Amino acid sequence: MTAEINKEPILVVRGLTTEFQVKSTTSRPVNDVSFNVVPGQVMGLVGESGSGKSMTAYSIMGLVEPPGVITKGEVIFRNVDLRGLKADAMRAIRGDRIAMIFQDPMMALNPVLRIDTQMIETVQAHQHVSRGVAISIAREALVRVGIASPDERLAAYPHQFSGGMRQRVAIVIALLNKPDLIICDEPTTALEVTIQAQILFEMQKLCRDSGTALIWITHDLSVVAGFADTVYVMYAGRIIESGSVAEIISKPAHPYTAGLINSSPSKNVRGELLRQIYGAAPSLAALPKGCSFTPRCLRATDICNQLPLLDDVDGHSYRCFHPMIRSEVSV
Amino acid sequence: MTEVDWRPKVAPPLISLERISKNFGERVNFSSRVFPLFDCQKDRRVIHAVDDVSVTITAGEVVGLVGESGCGKSTLGRIAAGLIQSSAGRRYWEGTELQFPRTSKAHLAQLNIQMIFQDTTASLNSRMRVLDIIGEAPVVHGIVKKAQQQEFVQNLMEKVGLDAVLYQRFPHQFSGGQRARIGIARALAVNPQLLVCDEAVAALDVSVQAQVLNLFMQLRDDLNLTYLFISHDLGVVKHIADRVVIMYLGRVVESAPVNGFFDHSNHPYSQGLLASAPRLIAQKIEFVPVAGEIPSPLYPPSGCHFHPRCPYRMERCVTEIPLLKEIDPSHFSACHLND
Repeated sequence: MTAEINKEPILVVRGLTTEFQVKSTTSRPVNDVSFNVVPGQVMGLVGESGSGKSMTAYSIMGLVEPPGVITKGEVIFRNVDLRGLKADAMRAIRGDRIAMIFQDPMMALNPVLRIDTQMIETVQAHQHVSRGVAISIAREALVRVGIASPDERLAAYPHQFSGGMRQRVAIVIALLNKPDLIICDEPTTALEVTIQAQILFEMQKLCRDSGTALIWITHDLSVVAGFADTVYVMYAGRIIESGSVAEIISKPAHPYTAGLINSSPSKNVRGELLRQIYGAAPSLAALPKGCSFTPRCLRATDICNQLPLLDDVDGHSYRCFHPMIRSEVSV
Repeated sequence: MTEVDWRPKVAPPLISLERISKNFGERVNFSSRVFPLFDCQKDRRVIHAVDDVSVTITAGEVVGLVGESGCGKSTLGRIAAGLIQSSAGRRYWEGTELQFPRTSKAHLAQLNIQMIFQDTTASLNSRMRVLDIIGEAPVVHGIVKKAQQQEFVQNLMEKVGLDAVLYQRFPHQFSGGQRARIGIARALAVNPQLLVCDEAVAALDVSVQAQVLNLFMQLRDDLNLTYLFISHDLGVVKHIADRVVIMYLGRVVESAPVNGFFDHSNHPYSQGLLASAPRLIAQKIEFVPVAGEIPSPLYPPSGCHFHPRCPYRMERCVTEIPLLKEIDPSHFSACHLND
């Protein structure tokens, strides 16, 4: 690690809860979520679709739209609670100190504006510089992520890029103001494996060199396995397990995490049936009482009708009454 | 250009695709007809989606067809399933050629090949009930009588792990995993022998993906099915397939038994794909990506299509198309490095 890593967390999320009230049903896609993000580190937020991982990102950025409401919790970024900020102050942080990268770069980029227009706008929104300086900042950023012939690229429209190049441009725009934290919401899911490897490689380098903190949201544990430092696993709106990558992948405590790992083909004997998790994820509007995983869990007993508290053993915490025995990784 | 005899020596192939090519071109329109009259040549742009590809599948075999988007794997799958016509090449079912457009005689053979699609929202008619989605084809083809349709559909639903009570529902009332099962049941309804699965598990969550893969494997044992399994996910293919075929920009670059492929892949592109695939190992990985991007299929590179991205590129690769050669028993690779 070349950059000096400050171990003070840059982002502290505590008890964050986001509710959606539709008619008489209340669902909580983000339910009592807490985590820390440390500069220069990659925090992996893993969950299947509907587990609330994207809504967690929107809640941090203050982008939750009605009928969604953040009802509880704190989002402390550099010692300031973002929830207490006025819209103007929040807008100054968004895109400047905290940037976000989305899954679909075509949605993030304006299709009728040239790349340079969009990049200059981003720079000038947060820095008082001339157009010329803004262009040179944009050009330099393109070079930094290894985009060839940056001058031609600047004059191009988004549709003239390939999918991988478009996502790179979206990443470059996120990097323009040298943010302290980047939230990446499945940025490589839509890309090819070889392009995904290129982007992971570039993000890894960026994190190491500039000390930027990353929140990497994905449904794929194997992407996070070789890339992140810490992993938080979400299920039905709650963080159910967290810890260092090595701990989570090699000694998962929660039966859901273990099930996710075991259902990956690489963890099974070739040609035999995969060790699958039975059933489907519950609807957020009608969660089972207590631990949400109970109906699918083979270890569940009567006590699972109560909500398990977060147990913490040396930085590895999990929400389960019947955690997997440390050495055993089978459901 | 490939002079290799693809037909295996012992078992007769269930389906064999021989020297298949598929071009997609701009329509011939007014300007392309008029410009040549005034000596202004306008090039007709043609995409060679599939370029001289031969694949044979024996009964009971699972062939994994792997490649990145734009490599022609879906096009080849659609040609195999008889959905589109190839520009060149022949398609045989148990030794008899399948014609396109289908003759009435070829009709029954065609029923033996069914396709399962990636996007279950698009491939299931949202205004039809599950009963009709699954039960329409077997009634049309006279496999079951209309009176037995409901019982037939309910049996099939149970076979693929759906609750048979739900036969009156519409696709949107099911989850993604359940819709994938409906798509499988629809394909199975005409008693096919070969299923072409085009990224059938790619859009599913990890836990659901495992359930559907298990279903594929159980059905293979129960019904003695053969699969052409199209996927970009090498992990999935490694688990389910007997043989792997790797495509790059319309051509097959490597074809090998699964064990041989994953133990010692030969083509630099295959090696790059394997190195790029994320692995579930609890250890920080330095990602070593394959440089560059997939070139546009409109203007593919000369010689070996992979040469602009290849770390071992030689002069010869720029000019000469490498042939598929057998480097190990039934392990084929198209690379000049093997000479």
